[in-house]
Amino acid sequence: MALRSLICRKTLGLAFSSGFKLQFRGLQTFSLPDLPYDYGALEPAISGEIMQIHHQKHHQTYITNYNKALEQLHHAIEKGDSSAVVKLQSAIKFNGGGHINHSIFWKSLSPVCEGGGESPHGSLGWAIDEHYGSLDALIQKMSTEGAALQGSGWVWLGLDKESKKLVVETTANQDPLVTKGPLVPLLGIDVWEHAYYLQDHVTVGFDYD
Amino acid sequence: MGCFSYYLFPSSPTCQVPVTGSFACQFKTIPYKQLPTLFKQKKKQFNGFQRASRVVSYYALKTPPYKLDSLEPYMSKRTVEVHWKGHHGAYVEGLNKALAKSDILYGYTLDDLVKVTYNNGNPSPDFNNAAQVWNHDFFWESMQPGGGDMPELGMLEQIEKDFGSFTNFRDKFAETALTLFGSGWVWLVLKREERRLEVVKTQNAVTPIVWGDIPIINLDMWEHAYYLDYKNDKENYINAFMDHLVSWNMAMARLAHAEAFVNLGEPKIPIA
Repeated sequence: MALRSLICRKTLGLAFSSGFKLQFRGLQTFSLPDLPYDYGALEPAISGEIMQIHHQKHHQTYITNYNKALEQLHHAIEKGDSSAVVKLQSAIKFNGGGHINHSIFWKSLSPVCEGGGESPHGSLGWAIDEHYGSLDALIQKMSTEGAALQGSGWVWLGLDKESKKLVVETTANQDPLVTKGPLVPLLGIDVWEHAYYLQDHVTVGFDYD
Repeated sequence: MGCFSYYLFPSSPTCQVPVTGSFACQFKTIPYKQLPTLFKQKKKQFNGFQRASRVVSYYALKTPPYKLDSLEPYMSKRTVEVHWKGHHGAYVEGLNKALAKSDILYGYTLDDLVKVTYNNGNPSPDFNNAAQVWNHDFFWESMQPGGGDMPELGMLEQIEKDFGSFTNFRDKFAETALTLFGSGWVWLVLKREERRLEVVKTQNAVTPIVWGDIPIINLDMWEHAYYLDYKNDKENYINAFMDHLVSWNMAMARLAHAEAFVNLGEPKIPIA
């Protein structure tokens, strides 16, 4: 058990800082970070099938397209092609955001045996109680925001760096939380339909939150 | 029986008033002027999706013009059921609930409701429900069992005129669908100003009617439309739609209807 958590922590550290590969041109490419747990470890809350497809297909696609867009950006910058540089911004925002968000997402989840689903302790627990009254109130707020989101997007619990307050925020499509201000993402929930559809398609996501 | 106007295309999405004998009888005493913009019906039961409320439905969940399993194997019965009764149904319910509370929005036709709630790019909260009801009505009718293949006659001529060839159009449609970020729809529209067909993509619930264009067919690229059948494989979904599902008959009818509003010129009649 201790060994497992050790490996988990190591993988966690690696997942954030590594995933880089330096190419001979000096261009960084990104690769798919490993999950700190098995695909089936989050059952019955999230099925292994969903985790596998989500990780190996969706996240991988974002990384592949992100690398492609970065390479094209590199070429465009070298050539001084401003219109190409600007045109690539939406692809970078979408695919890069997808990579960032999903990397945070995998870490936001944890199998029950490793503490997943438990109430937060320490300073986070106090901060939640202070701002939202109780953990249930926070969960309620995040669920409502998630369900109200139209289209695809994410629900976040973030920390506002300036006001030092907890905020619940939503972002559209794959926009990362930084696009909404000086916020540090603490917890992210993917409310794109692909995140729950194979399991919860009838309830349209309410139980999933 | 007073004669009240109804649209000549009973299956067009702009017509929310099905004309049946028994339906008409209920409104004998109501002056016909009030009728065309309002559709009232008794509550329908849908296996428990409808909650026990006393809301009068202003808009109904329109049934697709084919059996739910007739699009197999390209769109499974399960997908159609969940998509239609679950998602489309939820939009209809949400819309009806909003209309029951609203004094301003009550009484519009669905087309006008979509345009009004879009508010020129600053949509009100009801836009999503209204537009999604419209989009899904249009979507079910844009497909048919045994569809796909190529369009004929005038439709094909117009496509070849505006895209060069049918293959060009098909590739453009597929490419547009694949490059859509997030949730949205892909459309073949007849542009009113330019008087030509074009392929456009829209985000979330937006529909080209808000810009005054006339849609001919659409494809739902929200993940719920294909995830159960194709999971991540959007390309296969788009190919299945183009090869086996799209209803060119419906497209031709809509184009013919549109020609009443947009002058597309004389048809090319071959000289003997």
